[in-house]
Amino acid sequence: MQAVNASPSGEPVTVPELEVVNDFSIHVATVNGSGSQSSNLVLLRALFEMGIPVSGKNLFPSNIAGLPTWYTIRASKFGFTGRKKEVDFLVAMNPQTAHEDVQSLDPGRAVVYDESLGLDALRDDLCFYPVPFDPITAAVCPQPKLRKLVRNMVYDGVLAALLDIEMEEIRKAIEKQFATKPKAAELNWNAARAGCDWATENLVKRDPYRLERMDGNKGKIIVEGNAAAALGAVFGGVSVITWYPITPSSSLAEAAQGYLNRFRVDESTGKATFAVVQAEDELASIGMAIGAGWAGARAMTTTAGPGISLMSEFVGLAHFAEIPVVLIDVQRMGPSTGLPTRTSQGDFLSAATLSHGDTFHPMLIPATPEECFEFGAKAFDVAERLQAPVFVMLDLDLGMNYWTADKFDYPDWDIDRGKVLSEEDIERLQGDWGRYRDVDDDGVPYRTIPGNRHPQAAYFARGTGHDEDANYSEREEDWIRNMDRIQKKMAGARKWLPEPVIEDGPKARVALVAAGTSHEAVREARSQLRLEYGFETAYCRVRGWPFSHATEEFIAEHDHVYVVEQNRDGQLRMLLRRQFPAIHDHLRSVCYYGGMPLDARTITDAIVDQEGL
Amino acid sequence: MSTATASRAKAPVSNRIGLGLEPYRGLKTTLCAGCGHNSISERIVECFFEMGIDPTQVIKLSGIGCSSKSPAYFLSMSHGFNSVHGRMPAVATGAMLANKQLLALGVSGDGDTASIGLGQFVHMMRRNVPIIYIIEDNGCYGLTKGQFSATANLGSTAKSGIANDLPPIDTCGLAVQLGATFVARSFSGDKKQLQSILKAALAHRGTAVLDVVSPCVTFNDHVGSTKSYKYVRENKVPLQSIGFVPHFEEIHLQEDFAPGTVYEVEMHDGSMLRLAKLEEDYDPTSRLKALDRIELATEQGQILTGVLYVTTDQPSFTEILNLDEVPLAQLGQDRLRPPKSALDTVMEELA
Repeated sequence: MQAVNASPSGEPVTVPELEVVNDFSIHVATVNGSGSQSSNLVLLRALFEMGIPVSGKNLFPSNIAGLPTWYTIRASKFGFTGRKKEVDFLVAMNPQTAHEDVQSLDPGRAVVYDESLGLDALRDDLCFYPVPFDPITAAVCPQPKLRKLVRNMVYDGVLAALLDIEMEEIRKAIEKQFATKPKAAELNWNAARAGCDWATENLVKRDPYRLERMDGNKGKIIVEGNAAAALGAVFGGVSVITWYPITPSSSLAEAAQGYLNRFRVDESTGKATFAVVQAEDELASIGMAIGAGWAGARAMTTTAGPGISLMSEFVGLAHFAEIPVVLIDVQRMGPSTGLPTRTSQGDFLSAATLSHGDTFHPMLIPATPEECFEFGAKAFDVAERLQAPVFVMLDLDLGMNYWTADKFDYPDWDIDRGKVLSEEDIERLQGDWGRYRDVDDDGVPYRTIPGNRHPQAAYFARGTGHDEDANYSEREEDWIRNMDRIQKKMAGARKWLPEPVIEDGPKARVALVAAGTSHEAVREARSQLRLEYGFETAYCRVRGWPFSHATEEFIAEHDHVYVVEQNRDGQLRMLLRRQFPAIHDHLRSVCYYGGMPLDARTITDAIVDQEGL
Repeated sequence: MSTATASRAKAPVSNRIGLGLEPYRGLKTTLCAGCGHNSISERIVECFFEMGIDPTQVIKLSGIGCSSKSPAYFLSMSHGFNSVHGRMPAVATGAMLANKQLLALGVSGDGDTASIGLGQFVHMMRRNVPIIYIIEDNGCYGLTKGQFSATANLGSTAKSGIANDLPPIDTCGLAVQLGATFVARSFSGDKKQLQSILKAALAHRGTAVLDVVSPCVTFNDHVGSTKSYKYVRENKVPLQSIGFVPHFEEIHLQEDFAPGTVYEVEMHDGSMLRLAKLEEDYDPTSRLKALDRIELATEQGQILTGVLYVTTDQPSFTEILNLDEVPLAQLGQDRLRPPKSALDTVMEELA
């Protein structure tokens, strides 16, 4: 086997046949609810602590226990942590899927499996490692009831022996995983050690995969995007979170609640400087957030596609009555209930113009945990600056999977409450103010916050037609003036949104545009195109809607611009086309919508095909 | 202006916070002449004035419908929010989270509350959100021209002559069952009783549900309607006569409260709600009895008015959430953004 690997410096690296070091995927097939998450996280952390760039993706069913689930760990010395399409090292623990899992492997790959499954009879071009999991587990776990839970830790030990994972790191990772349960930690460590000892004595290494310590994770953390966004909200000064449980966003609200309990309860009084409310449904969660935003809180709700659909009417109200509120949409695969535990970028189009009538909602689109943190904080400033609903678009892959990231920077900007008039301001204006007047010629009006004690501070917020002073109006002139002002306001929204990240080169005629979690796969695909086909590409990663002028210029400068995204219809492309109609003929699509985290090969193959390389 | 002239001028009527009636008024109503909702608006103006409520600290909220238009017709110095159909409870809840010091007045209708908004109505009560929630109940959808609402009585006819073939939802019965801590029913035309109930509700901390039967003069005030002026006047059974003594006024015992017939309930702010029982055995602090009495009245085709249920020992939602004394909306960056050391701690844990 000859593996050609891409290095970020652009130099091809040829790896000897019997040695693939720190560049392969481990795929663990288990049964949902069997406790495999702990063993997988221990593996992930051990690799992380060995300094190997690594990612872990949980490919799980919509189920609590019993259905098949897979965990895929990608080790990449080049720092490519997107999903690798090819499975290199399979751990087949699930009898239901074992045959199919083995049949799907490329030749030369390795399989660790429970010997009772007899998988080695299926093919003769793989490296099979049968392991007697039950006797090994029984020897270290006298209580039959607990065996099921520690059985999976045995494969961590087996993998450590086969792949040279340092057992000391496995031990530390187990201690961290079971920090509050020392007995469980001991039991699991015994299981891992038994697996390692058995494999060392009984298995002969025949595959090329190996791990070795390197220095790729200095100053890094491992974190899920949902936790990162939750932290961002906390340090961005969120004061009201209203939400309704829905995969894959629930863990975001729960993480926020946890951090708020730790850091935002006044030490002297024991009182909370926040409110977190689990609402009765998404109609209520968005309604509460809007009420809170209107009354001056830094308010947000978290949800996923079906919740976005339910929130539609209220979001239109907030847009039209001009009320700041942050919506974090952790996208999953729709339409309808769809694939509730699979990832997607299928809400771009609906979020951008959610609700009836002419509507428009700015979006911030993070691609990394660092950006989840930063945008999770900044979204509140944008919402208050624009007095509008603002979406932060995560997806299941980013939100629920573990990513390595740089430590987050403490915000170096002040909280921005936007244009708010105080009692003194109203006094200075001698009461001559109007809620929807365009005083600064930027379309953004001034607001007062309920509780303002000035007798002329009050105004009437409404979803019905209104004039500049918030009076009910059905007059044609008032309606059009208001709609035009809101349009002007939104045209200026890009000023408050993150700029795109552009990587260009003089040789690149063809370019890629992507957003969110497509990023990791695009990075790697560009490397594959360069190394395997000598094909240079430029890259623009958009991070906010409406798009920046820089994005427009970038598209105009390149003949073919492939918009890479994780939905069927090319929603990002449609938004680009809407904003930049003059250059829409530059745009082409690479769309993946299978629900798995996007991988580089899918993009590379699509571009090779369309470019005729 | 000379002193002599000033003394001759009519002394301005002002309340305990020095405001006249004007700030409590609103725009001219655009509802139909004679609409019960207008009477309710008038009572709100009077009561808020008389109780000396600071209108800048009031928020008035509504959903969609005729009733929900009415917040424009009172309290012009208060921030208002005309939200979406049936979802005012959520907006009010959020606003009270942002600033628990505000006084929330929600105005809804029977369509807004008992049909599209039933879910939000229920959960607002379950949380005991501090709000006075008035249902201007006319048994029909006025703004869309007279369709039956879910509070229309079985057999009641619409103006078109069609009879309602479904039983009504009793919003007060629901309120008692689901956690509202102050539940009352009145009639828009009963000025004295509605005033007393409104004043009592103003002193309550928690969800106060006021179902006010308010005839629709255009679509539901005809023979065959069970929510017409005539029907209600003839079938109304006052439960108690109610006197409310605000704590900031000298307390007078009224002559007509005979010893032994007065039931006192201490409100959260220390003021006393005094219920004169018409029925010897009625106890407004008993959920069970309230439900029993509501059911009995329904069986007898009567509209039971008065304060049906009160409890003052339940924490309101903002109390349950243990919110900071400073309203969340008014917290500065120093309280909203944890220090760098907090972030450093989390980063160490994740490393």
